Amino acid sequence: MSAPLLTLPRALAALLAVSIALVLQASLFSHLAVGGVVPDLVLLVVVGIALAYGSEVGMVLGFGAGLLLDLAPPADHVAGRWALALMVVGYVAGRLATSGRPRLSQWLPVAAASAFVGTSIFALSGLLLQDPAVGVGELLRVEAVTMVYDLALALVVVPLTLALFAKVEPDRVLAPR
Amino acid sequence: MTDLLTRPPSRRTPRQASDPGDRLNRRGSLEPREPGRPRRSLVLALVLACATLMTLDHVNDGAALDGPRRLVGEIYGPAESAVENVVEPVVAVPDWLRSHHAMAADIDRLQAENDQLRSELATSDFDRNRLQEYDDLTATADAIGQALVPARVVAIGPAQSFSRTVTIDAGSRAGLAPDQTVVNGQGLVGRVLRVTSTTATVLLVVDADSTVGGRVGQSMQVGFLHGRGDLGQDARLDLELVDQTYVPAQGETVVTWGSQDGAPYVAGVPVGTVTSVYSSLRETTQRAVIEPFVDFAALDLVGVVVPSGTESDRGIIEVDGSVQ
Repeated sequence: MSAPLLTLPRALAALLAVSIALVLQASLFSHLAVGGVVPDLVLLVVVGIALAYGSEVGMVLGFGAGLLLDLAPPADHVAGRWALALMVVGYVAGRLATSGRPRLSQWLPVAAASAFVGTSIFALSGLLLQDPAVGVGELLRVEAVTMVYDLALALVVVPLTLALFAKVEPDRVLAPR
Repeated sequence: MTDLLTRPPSRRTPRQASDPGDRLNRRGSLEPREPGRPRRSLVLALVLACATLMTLDHVNDGAALDGPRRLVGEIYGPAESAVENVVEPVVAVPDWLRSHHAMAADIDRLQAENDQLRSELATSDFDRNRLQEYDDLTATADAIGQALVPARVVAIGPAQSFSRTVTIDAGSRAGLAPDQTVVNGQGLVGRVLRVTSTTATVLLVVDADSTVGGRVGQSMQVGFLHGRGDLGQDARLDLELVDQTYVPAQGETVVTWGSQDGAPYVAGVPVGTVTSVYSSLRETTQRAVIEPFVDFAALDLVGVVVPSGTESDRGIIEVDGSVQ
């Protein structure tokens, strides 16, 4: 592959976006939680990254973002669950991405599908690992609320992420890979 | 969504299509890789990394990941708390407004409650004392064997009138008539001077004009009790005994002697105790000082002795303690 997977600006921008999302998700949105559920900002940033750079970059950065989410302070679940989930999210969003700057009608279904896949994988891995041991009913309730909340926040987070990467690398962004 | 999934290769951008890297796999073969699909090795590596992480965290209670967790925490922890510090006052505003209203309401409610409790507390002693007085009055009715009309002292005559009278809130409608004996739970209070339909004026035994026939309890010696005109704690009665040779002992009880038909005083109502005895050589009489049982400065509930079965606008405490 001739084009490098990760350029330094790209990695730094991704780290910045993921960090901001992670901190906001932990601190700000805990006050805006709906039934204890906070929106998956990091997941949405990964969706934005994958939309911008395609599935391969999406996977790698998704893995990294998930790893941070697994290790950052409030987290106490088995590490690697979010890494796996966001890796798949990066892959799915990258595969579903269209070329050129995506329109809302194009990327919103992608974001919805990605959010569903990501939260599902995280929840299912929790079920498999029994970490934490919750019932399926509770899981489905949380999942439903998360989906709605994520979609609402996607309207803000995904365009912001796309705009950030468009600024960092104007010539490379929005090319599905 | 479905058309996104089945995106044809023709939708690739020209720049990508001309990029030979897309067509070469990592072994350099010409076999074209489907655009947008990540290399298998990468997928495999990442999945394995995830599995490794989970395994590492699963065994030995995640001890292997304590270091990384700590490292990330050291970086993101302060950031999170910094954001929290900024965010907290802002998100607390609606809460503060809500709780401010709630607290204002709470304060009003508690203040009202406090006032009510305070007034209850302030009157609880009073209520208890009143209950005690009714109790005592019932006991008195039983002790002196007379029916009593309960009444309340509503006015005390001024000291400058030099006449120790009080007004009670029972009058002729309650069955009262002049020259009836007035008692309370402790003993003799006085007698009714005059009545209106709803009130009566009572001459207290401590009045300087009051004379009551008294009998020293142990010896049945009789005499006359004169008031001194004092109301307070040092209110005293003077007892002049008819038998001038008899010297009453200190602490002896004096009760009423009684008059014909019980007017103005019925017999056997306790008046007070002997505190000291004086012999007056000039008058050739014994004079004993009596401390009355009744605290005249704190008169409240009194009972007026009426004939049993008197028509009254209020309940009459009968001898057996019943109220009719």
